[in-house]
Amino acid sequence: MKTSKSEVSVQANAREARVKADRPAETKANNIFQLDGEDVPFTPGQTIMQAATANGTYIPHLCWHPDFSAHGSCKLCTVKVNGHFGSSCTIEAQPGMEVENRTMELDDKRRTLLQMLFVEGNHFCPSCEKSGNCTLQATAYELNMMSPHFDMFYPDRPVDASHPDILLDFNRCIMCALCVAASRDVDGKNIFAMGGRGLLGRRVHISSESGKLADTDFAATDRAASICPVGVILPKRKGFAIPIGQRTYDLAPISRQVKKATP
Amino acid sequence: MNASLSPPKKLRVATTSLAGCFGCHMSFLDIDERLLKLLDLIEFDRSPLTDIKHCGPCDLGFIEGGLCNAENVHVLREFRAHCKILVAVGACAINGGLPAQRNHLDLRDVLEEVYQTEAGLSHGGIPNDPELPLPLNKVHPIHEVVKIDYFLPGCPPSADAIWKFLTDLLAGRTPTLGHGLLHYD
Repeated sequence: MKTSKSEVSVQANAREARVKADRPAETKANNIFQLDGEDVPFTPGQTIMQAATANGTYIPHLCWHPDFSAHGSCKLCTVKVNGHFGSSCTIEAQPGMEVENRTMELDDKRRTLLQMLFVEGNHFCPSCEKSGNCTLQATAYELNMMSPHFDMFYPDRPVDASHPDILLDFNRCIMCALCVAASRDVDGKNIFAMGGRGLLGRRVHISSESGKLADTDFAATDRAASICPVGVILPKRKGFAIPIGQRTYDLAPISRQVKKATP
Repeated sequence: MNASLSPPKKLRVATTSLAGCFGCHMSFLDIDERLLKLLDLIEFDRSPLTDIKHCGPCDLGFIEGGLCNAENVHVLREFRAHCKILVAVGACAINGGLPAQRNHLDLRDVLEEVYQTEAGLSHGGIPNDPELPLPLNKVHPIHEVVKIDYFLPGCPPSADAIWKFLTDLLAGRTPTLGHGLLHYD
């Protein structure tokens, strides 16, 4: 506030102090929240997830990706903000927030969400090319998921091998919709869409008349071809180029490989 | 006084492979010379290693493989009835694994293709000897049928993972695998 001339009234000072208390000046020192008791700085407008990621702090997540806007559907990133549950990928960071992340309570709930994903699809790691590079698998390791706990669904989800360069194995789809975002926002093709009804019917669908990937202009160089966090969208004729045991999450757990946004 | 000097009672352990490939048992043998240390602590009841046919009262039961036929269910229930602690070992016991890949196919279609129609296979007809256990319509993981106390994932779990699990359990700790030992593949 500019104090123009000679006298600065007591009232004006009081008003200034009140404004400051309500809305702290956006200085770097004030833009800090607490994540599991640690200070995390943020720039106004960042979500809790974005700020934590920039800080190198891992919050478990599946449908969120630093390069895309939040989808907020997997709920793996649920944290407790000042005692209330919320998705860290959609809640804006505010000064002084107290956020719980890797507590036993939250990790227990996250593990249950993972177990439900594992029984709803057909996730057979030993025969999956994505094993070791898979976000779902690595997250389950991180959260010590020892069993699927629930009864298996074994849904029938035929693969789409129609495209010359790309295989689609819907058995592993976790409905994160990252391919939908990548195809729409980066490739400008809108090839993927979420569709179907019910637990077993709902999955990603292909927007061509036949429903086959071969009848779209999808290319192996598309951003959507490399975005899948699990083993649905896979390049053909490329298997075990990196042996099991030397893959991304064999080297270090996912919590120590926080991926920042592509510059 | 004398009680403390006598060697501790060995834990009695039973193992079996249901709808599995014996890979988990092979991985168990891969603990190599640690087997000798282990044999100071445990003794085997029913197991492919002893050829005892029925499970008696045991402290520990290890189940490899899922359930693909009626006999698997029978054996699993026998193990549950006799073992204080029952452990699901390997991917097939935990989520059905490779045998469960037939679950989206009709059982009769599978049997007809294998025994009657597929070229290159003998066409002797679908076996129906009364001594053969009937296949289940779908393959199931074992936790869907009996209570399982611990799960040891992997295809197979590595020898080090099995050793870590066993030593934790024998020492009275909650078995934990952690990064590098916890694998689903």
